[in-house]
Amino acid sequence: MAIIDQRHAARQLLFERVFRAATLSAAILVLVILGGVALSLIVGAWPALHQFGFAFITREVWNPVTDQYGALAPIYGTVVTSLIAMALAVPTGFGIALFLTELCPSVLKRPIGVAVELLAAVPSIIFGIWGLFVLAPMLQRHVQPWLIDHLGPIPLIGKLFQGPPYGIGIFTAGLVLAIMVLPFIAATMRDVFETVPPMLKESGYGLGATTWEVIWNVVVPHSRVGMVGGIMLGLGRALGETMAVTFVIGNAHRISGSLLAPGTTISSSIANEFTEAVGDLYTSSLIALGLLLFVITFIVIAVAQWMLRRLERRANASL
Amino acid sequence: MSRRRLFRTVRNGAFLALSVFATAIGLICLAAILWTLVSRGLAGMSTDVFTRMTPPPGSAGGLLNAIYGSAVMTLLGILMGSPVGMLAGTYLSEYGRASRLSMLIRFINDILLSAPSIIIGLFIYEVLVVRMGHFSALAGAVSLAVIAIPVSLRTTEDMLNLVPAGMKDASAALGAYPWRTVLSVVYPAARSGIVTGLLLAIARVSGETAPLLFTALNNQFWSTNLNAPMANLPVVIFQFALSPYKEWQNLAWAGALIITMTILVLSISARAILGLMQSNRSAKR
Repeated sequence: MAIIDQRHAARQLLFERVFRAATLSAAILVLVILGGVALSLIVGAWPALHQFGFAFITREVWNPVTDQYGALAPIYGTVVTSLIAMALAVPTGFGIALFLTELCPSVLKRPIGVAVELLAAVPSIIFGIWGLFVLAPMLQRHVQPWLIDHLGPIPLIGKLFQGPPYGIGIFTAGLVLAIMVLPFIAATMRDVFETVPPMLKESGYGLGATTWEVIWNVVVPHSRVGMVGGIMLGLGRALGETMAVTFVIGNAHRISGSLLAPGTTISSSIANEFTEAVGDLYTSSLIALGLLLFVITFIVIAVAQWMLRRLERRANASL
Repeated sequence: MSRRRLFRTVRNGAFLALSVFATAIGLICLAAILWTLVSRGLAGMSTDVFTRMTPPPGSAGGLLNAIYGSAVMTLLGILMGSPVGMLAGTYLSEYGRASRLSMLIRFINDILLSAPSIIIGLFIYEVLVVRMGHFSALAGAVSLAVIAIPVSLRTTEDMLNLVPAGMKDASAALGAYPWRTVLSVVYPAARSGIVTGLLLAIARVSGETAPLLFTALNNQFWSTNLNAPMANLPVVIFQFALSPYKEWQNLAWAGALIITMTILVLSISARAILGLMQSNRSAKR
């Protein structure tokens, strides 16, 4: 019979303690990083927030010469470009997911699925230069004049499509963002659709429902959870996207009624101006913009996660 | 056919047609981007790109210093970030499991995973660049490491969770402490998954532009000094593409092609390894 070597056992226990402590501290580092991000942004933004107070987020002025800064124009640009992106990408992503799960011949399923996922791997700066050199000139020549001629004269919504066709601007940025978030939304929705039990779908078909009716009345209600999650994550990405937008937004710190006019977003203002910012208040105002973006995306992503977990729990409970 | 039936058939056809149309749009976008990238990128490509430095405005040159800088900072970032992410993922999978702390860490990690990378850039600027008083390659690498941590934490935890509990139990039954089990049983079993996570982290980090803008900045010259600004492909592409000079724009396209191809090759290899792993597993059953 072997006798347990006391020293060996002690060494094993020591290794165990060290290893556990190492993994635990790495895990806690994740919390420290998020805390550090929040803290450093608050400290950096403090001079600007102290100077302008709450008015910082309600004023449109952005003037480095007179040292007056307000965040309304970037907030407006961020929200509007993201809304355009979601309005275009959600239905398209839904269509792609539907095609991949219900219609696609199985030979094409994998290649198309991989193609969509590769689109998600392309770095954002590539979308940016493509948007600037290919998409913007095309929109300027062919799409925007048509929008201005046909939608411009309509009362109410016409205002959104007036002015000269710059090519770059809020609308173009929204379009590039839509292409960027499309693969995320499509891939998440596809994954969720695939979790619907075949039995449920076949019951629908057995009752004589058409493919669309099965999708709308069986697949969609069953996968609402994941769909909302995918959309929210896409939204989080659209709100914070920097490089793709910076190329095509035009970087103009003003709010104009037309979607075709140049604008700015929070992230593109920071990317464009940060290294050139002279003066503490200017830098601090840009960091305050960053803090704002951090808060907005934090809320969007946190809500998405909270909803997903709550609905998941409910789904588990009902089983 | 009754009118109701006709309406249902037409509605079905219309929506399915829209779905095919949506897929076509997605594929056309991908094709258009890749085609532009390849045609313009190849036009700007030459041996100069790999042998010469970034040129001053309006003259010919290459991207050697930028390629070197990108490689160095990506490598350093991964070397710093991935081990942390892997250890943290190990904690969540092997020790923490369902504890409150683990839930919180998972939640925060998912937020970091989708947080805008420009925010990470601002964070490192405040913490490192301001303290050190100047931009540096080191700050760039640290910002990339912060981006790599959540990616490799997530993949590590997912991959370790795939290791059958029976294997861990067998190891524990032999009297091994968890650290022994993890190092000698769990890591080897999850090896290809861990490699996949590493490749995905490299792919994610190497295209990042926003956090490098105000950490590593840029450098027109050859520099190996980690304590000084260093050129890197994404920032060079950003600067050159927005310039009015034809030579610079061509180099930007060449750089864009290099980055995209690198990332696509990494993602496809990661996918291939995963596919191999799955077929192995089903073969063993």
